[in-house]
Amino acid sequence: MNYDNILLGKVKDLKPSGIRRFFDLADSIEGCISLGVGEPDFKTPWHIRQAAMDSLQKGMTRYTSNAGLIELREEISRYMERRFGLKYDPKNQVLITVGGSEGIDAVIRSIIGPGDEVIIPEPSFVCYSPLTVLAGGTPVHLPTYEKDNFKIDPQVLKNAITPKTKLLILPYPNNPTGALMTAEDYAEISKVLLGTNIIVLADEIYAELCYNTDKPNSFASAPGMYDRTVIVNGFSKTYAMTGWRMGFVCGPKEILGCTLKIHQYGIMSAPTTSQYGAIEALKNGDEDIEEMKAHYNMRRKYLLDSFKSMGIPCFEPLGAFYVFPNVSKFAPSSEEFCTDFLNKQKVAVVPGNAFGETGEGFVRISYAYSMEHLRKAMDKLDKYINHNL
Amino acid sequence: MDKNEKILRLLEENAHYTHKNIADAMGMSEAEVTAIIEDYEKKGVILGYKALINWDKTSREYVSAIIEIKVQPIKGEGFTQVARQICAFPEVVSCYLMSGGFDLAVTLEGKSMKEVAMFVFEKLSVIEGVTGTATHFVLNKYKDKELIFEEQEKDDRQMMGL
Repeated sequence: MNYDNILLGKVKDLKPSGIRRFFDLADSIEGCISLGVGEPDFKTPWHIRQAAMDSLQKGMTRYTSNAGLIELREEISRYMERRFGLKYDPKNQVLITVGGSEGIDAVIRSIIGPGDEVIIPEPSFVCYSPLTVLAGGTPVHLPTYEKDNFKIDPQVLKNAITPKTKLLILPYPNNPTGALMTAEDYAEISKVLLGTNIIVLADEIYAELCYNTDKPNSFASAPGMYDRTVIVNGFSKTYAMTGWRMGFVCGPKEILGCTLKIHQYGIMSAPTTSQYGAIEALKNGDEDIEEMKAHYNMRRKYLLDSFKSMGIPCFEPLGAFYVFPNVSKFAPSSEEFCTDFLNKQKVAVVPGNAFGETGEGFVRISYAYSMEHLRKAMDKLDKYINHNL
Repeated sequence: MDKNEKILRLLEENAHYTHKNIADAMGMSEAEVTAIIEDYEKKGVILGYKALINWDKTSREYVSAIIEIKVQPIKGEGFTQVARQICAFPEVVSCYLMSGGFDLAVTLEGKSMKEVAMFVFEKLSVIEGVTGTATHFVLNKYKDKELIFEEQEKDDRQMMGL
């Protein structure tokens, strides 16, 4: 078979993740300390696991409705009101997806077709551009900079908008930078969007991990933005439930109706056992969030203090579980820094350019690790930076 | 849980956390945390800081046993006087007053089963007020102080999750 003639060009042309090679290298090094992982080190709280096991014991093993268990959608609706002050009708404004990732894909495919432009902030999580391309759309990269704490500059956004712009992705709190957009920042963004027909896909999967405030923030709360915002959120980061693949989408019922069709034909329904776990998480998991957040905050500040004492510049990230220090004075490129640090000290951090051009000169360090682990890694970073070892 | 008691929870989780670490987690100043911890130490809420050791992984030869003790309470004293005498022995690791079929639950450590048995026989059972003992030797520790005594878990998370 000549598969080359069969396989779709736009899929063949998708680049495999640029840093695969780097990860393979890290994997091959015995005793390597990783700071590269993008998922919580905590285990899913026991009561959530127990609820899922109970559902299995009771034989609740069938499909749910396409949109997900109504009980779960009602809990999500209550959660969105409790935590964000946002109202979503569980009947037609909430959709349960297979992780946030499926939600992102299905929303993009609901809106984007050939000729449509999608504005994607950079640096960002790596899925938005490939999914846009697969939907036939054109990614337009919106650079963000260290001088702005990696927030979106409204003027830069304004300049990126063309008559073809159909969707703006707002992935905040941000992976990889840890940048957070405040309600005030979002108010400025909303001014740019008012009067346009641009829809916003707010990837708020890290919303609960915000450190300057008790309450998370959603773009849908910005003035006049509710009707044009589709929120993607989920349980992976908030409740340490990555493997459960539990996400959800909230937004205008007209959009969700279309997204539901894509989900219905492509997925049927999200995993039933996971949905029962998710109900328990929302009912009784607020304290778990608080406890994990306290630990993340301890680590975040420890890393920032360590960088300061080592002389590594780093803006203060207020969200997610990443710090994004500037290593440009230590190496000619992010990749060279990471490779050399890995070879000499056996510590793996992720080169910032993996997340877009404006990530060049930076590295992503995850603090989804214990304090002991982070202390070891910072000792090694100090040796590398300040003692040439 | 009281906010200050969350500090205790963090210390119980890891006594190596510095006051600064705890302050960062709690959103307090380091000085506040230091003051609260010192107060807890003064009041005897925090009794000490110890390492948790899995002696099974060392060359130390030892056995642990849990002894159920029945006690005839003394008028006006209850079980306290007997308990105090028991606690004075360095071999005694813990001593609890229990509800149910016996009165005191005592954890003992010794070099050998014989040594522990002799201790119960010669030291505990002869205390005035002790009316009976039952010795249960520990065969294996699976979990102690919230720690599970198995091989340290390997971090199996993948870096694929960018």
